[in-house]
Amino acid sequence: MIEVSGLTKRYGDKTAVNDLTFTVKPGIVTGFLGPNGAGKSTTMRMIAGLDEPTSGSVRVNAADYRRAHVPMAELGILLEAKAVHTSRSAYNHLLALAQTNGVPRSRVAEVIDLVGLAEVARKRAGGFSLGMGQRLGIASALLGDPQTIVLDEPINGLDPEGILWVRNLLKGLAAEGRTVFISSHLMTEMALTAHHLIVVGRGELIADLDVEEFVALASTNVIMVRSPQATQLRDLLLGPDVTITSREAGLLEVRGVSAETIGDLAFDHQIRLHGLAVQQASLEDAFMEMTRDSVEFHAHTTTAHTTTAHTTTAHTGDQSGNQSGAPTRVAQTAGESR
Amino acid sequence: MTSTLTPTRTELNVTPRFPGMKVTQARVIKSEWTKFRSLRSTLITLLVSVALTVGLGALISAVTASHWAQASPADRADFNAVVTSLNGVNISQLAVGVLGVLLISGEYATGMIRASLTAVPKRLPVLWAKLGVFAAVVGALSVISTFAAFFLGQSLLSSKNLNVSISSPNALRMVLGAAVYLVLVGIIGMALGGLFRNTAAGISSLVAVFFVIPPILGLLPKSWSDRIGPYLPSNAGEAFWGHPTGSHLAALTGLLVLCAWAAAAVAAAAVRLKERDA
Repeated sequence: MIEVSGLTKRYGDKTAVNDLTFTVKPGIVTGFLGPNGAGKSTTMRMIAGLDEPTSGSVRVNAADYRRAHVPMAELGILLEAKAVHTSRSAYNHLLALAQTNGVPRSRVAEVIDLVGLAEVARKRAGGFSLGMGQRLGIASALLGDPQTIVLDEPINGLDPEGILWVRNLLKGLAAEGRTVFISSHLMTEMALTAHHLIVVGRGELIADLDVEEFVALASTNVIMVRSPQATQLRDLLLGPDVTITSREAGLLEVRGVSAETIGDLAFDHQIRLHGLAVQQASLEDAFMEMTRDSVEFHAHTTTAHTTTAHTTTAHTGDQSGNQSGAPTRVAQTAGESR
Repeated sequence: MTSTLTPTRTELNVTPRFPGMKVTQARVIKSEWTKFRSLRSTLITLLVSVALTVGLGALISAVTASHWAQASPADRADFNAVVTSLNGVNISQLAVGVLGVLLISGEYATGMIRASLTAVPKRLPVLWAKLGVFAAVVGALSVISTFAAFFLGQSLLSSKNLNVSISSPNALRMVLGAAVYLVLVGIIGMALGGLFRNTAAGISSLVAVFFVIPPILGLLPKSWSDRIGPYLPSNAGEAFWGHPTGSHLAALTGLLVLCAWAAAAVAAAAVRLKERDA
C-alpha cells in the first residue's frame, strides 16, 4: 500500500507536484498516467525517499520508507533512467544491492533467470540495450521479494514479447497480494495492464478511477457534423449534456447527442448537412484530452457546461474573420470521478 | 488514515521472505566491497598509484645518486634520503584523490546512487561503508608501496652511500606517515565527490586544494603565507611524512590538522547526503 497525502514538491519556483493525494491499493496493478513532465517520476522519487517533499507525506506499507529496517522487503523500485554503474556486470550490480539487505546470493541468480538475463549477467551493464536495462532494473526491484513494487515506465524499450512478459509479471505480482504501481505515458498499454488509474497533469491529480470507468468515459462517441449552416445547427443542438467544439468553420464536433438525433433535427429545420460521421475516440485521445485540459478544467469545475457553450459561441461567432489560430478544445473530462 | 503524518507502525507488517533480512552496517560494507572490486577502472587506478609511489621514488633516488657529484651545496644541505625515496607520493596522491572523487561522483553520473540509496534509505551507512572500504584498501596498498619505495630508493642511493636505514631517526614515521597521508587524501577526495556529486567539480577542487592553492599562497606577503601556509592540507601532511625541518608544523600537529580537514570534508559530505535530494 502506498498512501500519498497532500504531496507537493517545488524546485525553486517551479512546482513539479502540487498537492497530490491518492492511495495505491494492494492486490491490483495501478497505473500512474500522465504526459512527460506531469510529475510522475518526481512522485515516485518521493515514494522511494530519494526526494524530500516540500510538503505532504508519503507512506509505504503504512510507514516512512526512509526509516525502514528491511527496505528491500518493503519496496522494490525501478526509476526511469538506468540506475546502474555502466562498467559493472549485471550480476555484481545485483549482488551489491542484495548484500545491503542480507538477500541471499541464490536470490540474485533467481531474479536474473526470472528476467531472462542469464546469458549476459556477467557482461558490462553499460553495453545493455534499453530493453535489457529495463529487465535489469526490474530484477533489482524484485530482489528483496518486496510487498510494494514501483516501476517508472517499465515498458519503455521493450519488444512486444517483453511487454507481454512485463504485463503478465505485474498481474502475477498483484495477484499475490502485492501493491504494484507503474507509470506510463501510454494509455493503451495501461488499459491492458492496470486495473486502476491515477492520472496526473502538470503535477496535479486529474483522475483517480478504475480503468473500466476510464474506458467508458473515453468511448463517448464524437460526431463530426459538416454543414454550411453550422451556427444555426449548433444553437439547436446545445443542451445541458451536449458539448460542441468547432475547429474550423462549418465543422462541428458534437458529444452527447446521437447521429440520428442530429440528422433528424437538421431535416426538421431544413438545415443542409454535408457530412455526418461518428468517430470513436481512442483511449489515447481521451487521455490526451484529459491531461491537456487539466488546468482549464480545474478552473471551471462547477461551470463546465456554461463554459462549453460560451467558448463554442465565441468560436463559431467569428467564422467570418477567424483570428484565433488554436482550435478551441473543451474537455468533458473525468470531472465526475472526483 | 492519510492524515497521520508520523508512522504509527511498530512492527513489520511485511514478512521478509528471506530469514534475517535487514540492513546492517557490516552488510553495507560488504556491498561496497563488491562494488569496489567489480570495477576494473578502480583496480587500474590503484595500481597506477602504487606504481607512481614506488616508480617515481626509485627514479628520483636514482637520478639524485647519479648527479650527487654535481649537486650544489644547497641541494646537498636540503637532501633527505627518506624524502627522496618517498617523492612519488606527491604525484600518487593525485591518483588516490581522484579515485576517491570518482567512487562517489561515478555513482551520481551513472544513476547508481539512486539504487544504492533506495536499498539503504537511511543513506549514511552507504557513505561510512564507502569511506571504510576505500580507506582500508588504500591504507593496505599504501603501506606496501611506501615501504617498497623506501627500500628500493635506499638501495639506489646506497651506490653513493646516501642511504639511511629504516631505524634511523624519523624514517619509520615518515614511511608510515606517507601511507597515512595517502589515505587521508583519498578520504578528502571521496568527501569532495560526495559534496559536489560531479566528477569535474570534485577533481577540480581536489587539484585546487592540493596543487594550486599552496603555490598561490606563496605569492602573498610572507607574514600571511607563513601563518596560513602550514595549515593547508598538503603542508600539514608534509609535516608528518616530508622534510622534518622548515616552517612546517610539528609532525603530530600536522597529522591532527590534516585529520581535521578530512573530518570537516566528510561531515559536510554526510550532511549533504542526508539532507539533500539524491
